[in-house]
Amino acid sequence: MDEVNQHKEGAEQPSAKTDEVMVKIEHLRKCFGSKEVLKDINLTLHKGENLIVLGRSGQGKSVTIQCIVGLLTPDKGSVKVFGQEVAELSNDELKELRTRVGFLFQSGALYDSMTVKENLEFALTRVLKIKDQQELDQRVKEVLEGIGLPEAIDKMPSDLSGGMRKRVGLARTLIVKPEIMLYDEPTTGLDPITSREISELILKMQKKYKTSSIIITHDMECARITGDRVLIMNDGEYIAQGTFEELQHSEDEFVKSFFLDTL
Amino acid sequence: MAEQIMNSGWRRWMESVGDQTVFLTSFFRNVFSGGFEWSEFVRQSYEIGYKSLTLVSITSFIMGLVLILQLRPTLVDFGAASMLPQTLAVSIIREMGPIITAIICAGKIASSIGAELGSMKVTEQIDAMEVSGANPVQYLVVTRILATTLMIPLLTMIGDVISLFGGYFALNFTDDVSFTLYFTKCFASLDFTDYLPALVKTVFFGFAIGFVGCYKGFNSNKGTESVGLAANSAVVTASLWVFFIDMLAVQITNLLFY
Ligand SMILES: Nc1ncnc2c1ncn2[C@@H]1O[C@H](COP(=O)(O)OP(=O)(O)OP(=O)(O)O)[C@@H](O)[C@H]1O
Ligand SMILES: [Mg+2]
Repeated sequence: MDEVNQHKEGAEQPSAKTDEVMVKIEHLRKCFGSKEVLKDINLTLHKGENLIVLGRSGQGKSVTIQCIVGLLTPDKGSVKVFGQEVAELSNDELKELRTRVGFLFQSGALYDSMTVKENLEFALTRVLKIKDQQELDQRVKEVLEGIGLPEAIDKMPSDLSGGMRKRVGLARTLIVKPEIMLYDEPTTGLDPITSREISELILKMQKKYKTSSIIITHDMECARITGDRVLIMNDGEYIAQGTFEELQHSEDEFVKSFFLDTL
Repeated sequence: MAEQIMNSGWRRWMESVGDQTVFLTSFFRNVFSGGFEWSEFVRQSYEIGYKSLTLVSITSFIMGLVLILQLRPTLVDFGAASMLPQTLAVSIIREMGPIITAIICAGKIASSIGAELGSMKVTEQIDAMEVSGANPVQYLVVTRILATTLMIPLLTMIGDVISLFGGYFALNFTDDVSFTLYFTKCFASLDFTDYLPALVKTVFFGFAIGFVGCYKGFNSNKGTESVGLAANSAVVTASLWVFFIDMLAVQITNLLFY
């Protein structure tokens, strides 16, 4: 328990890029039926920062970020994005907030009835109301080149491989240029080379657009490349936080077990 | 124990009525809120209408044919064989055409909408749409419900005419009736009070089929087996609704016109 506190204290100052707070979660609790998935989640995401969340499967990492965009409502506690309490927003305000937050689903969640191009344009035409076909084409082309899949433009999602789908899902999220990005396991199921490319892409986005991101991952390489700060989740709470190097040399058995392969 | 089961069944029923009311309200709010998805509506109308045309045509043709073959001996006994076209026309236009088309479409369309939206739910596509700030109800639900509401009446009209052709075909096995005489007789027996209620009820059939399909798909759980469940219960519920509406429609028609 001592180490835990030590990590928490150690993490507060150095890693945050600026002081502006993008997401602040306090005492978040979420149950499904009688199962308490999130017990007491506290998290602060600063502007321009990449925050890594580690944790075993089924711990509620995805549930946490679903609370941030209002897909799930917390049972208790507060979730503030851009200083606004998400649960108290009206429909229009929530929609406005969602245009500024990108969400990469664990499964990619491409719309199977549409081509890659239509997938990418979906939010542009409907949410950002861009009607100019030239601008649409330009943005689609740019983002597809960014993920290295310009030839997939007219393919259907069912014709893509798992890794390609993941990258198109990433492109679909990035194309609206969100201020906050929530990545749910961006590299899972990809080969090491593609994983690395995705990790570098995440880093590039952070630098280029000053996006702040929460990155859920099991991939320690991705965490090492992209992370400014790392949180470790267990049993519905964060039990440790710090920079990658700090946690790598932690004394705590549980924390250590995550970093075994990286030393 | 029994009481517990009763209670939970009752509660679940009440909850589902509540959910459906919410869903219905959000449908109407979105219909009138602007941002209508024309191209998706056209695509759905094509998928729903055009692709059901063959099935509806075949069943309608057989229906008309069989009805004539079944009716003929009885009417001949009564010495009323010349009344065959009129009898067929009345039963097709008023009842058999609308109900057969609606049941066929409940099986074909409600299930496919249920399965499609159900699988979009399972694979988080609906969540993704919502999180992107777009409106999944507008894009997925409004277009589909309006498409069925428009297409089922159209399919029924086409089916009705094809049924009458089926009847003509059957009648020519035994009698030699001219094409003109047959159709003159058919339509002579019908008036406004036959067409209008039939048309109105098919609009409701169409709405019910689209609504049930969308509701079941949109609210399915996030497991793979729930896709099949959504499709299955969409068919069952939509078919029940069709018969229920049919029963109400006949009462109201009788009250208004006779
Ligand atoms: N909508 C939901 N309804 C009911 N239970 C849910 C729902 N979403 C998640 N859960 C439950 O919450 C728990 C945490 O799920 P979550 O998806 O957040 O895990 P995770 O930490 O993201 O795991 P993984 O690394 O495998 O993705 C799981 O036990 C899951 O069954
Ligand atoms: Mg997850």
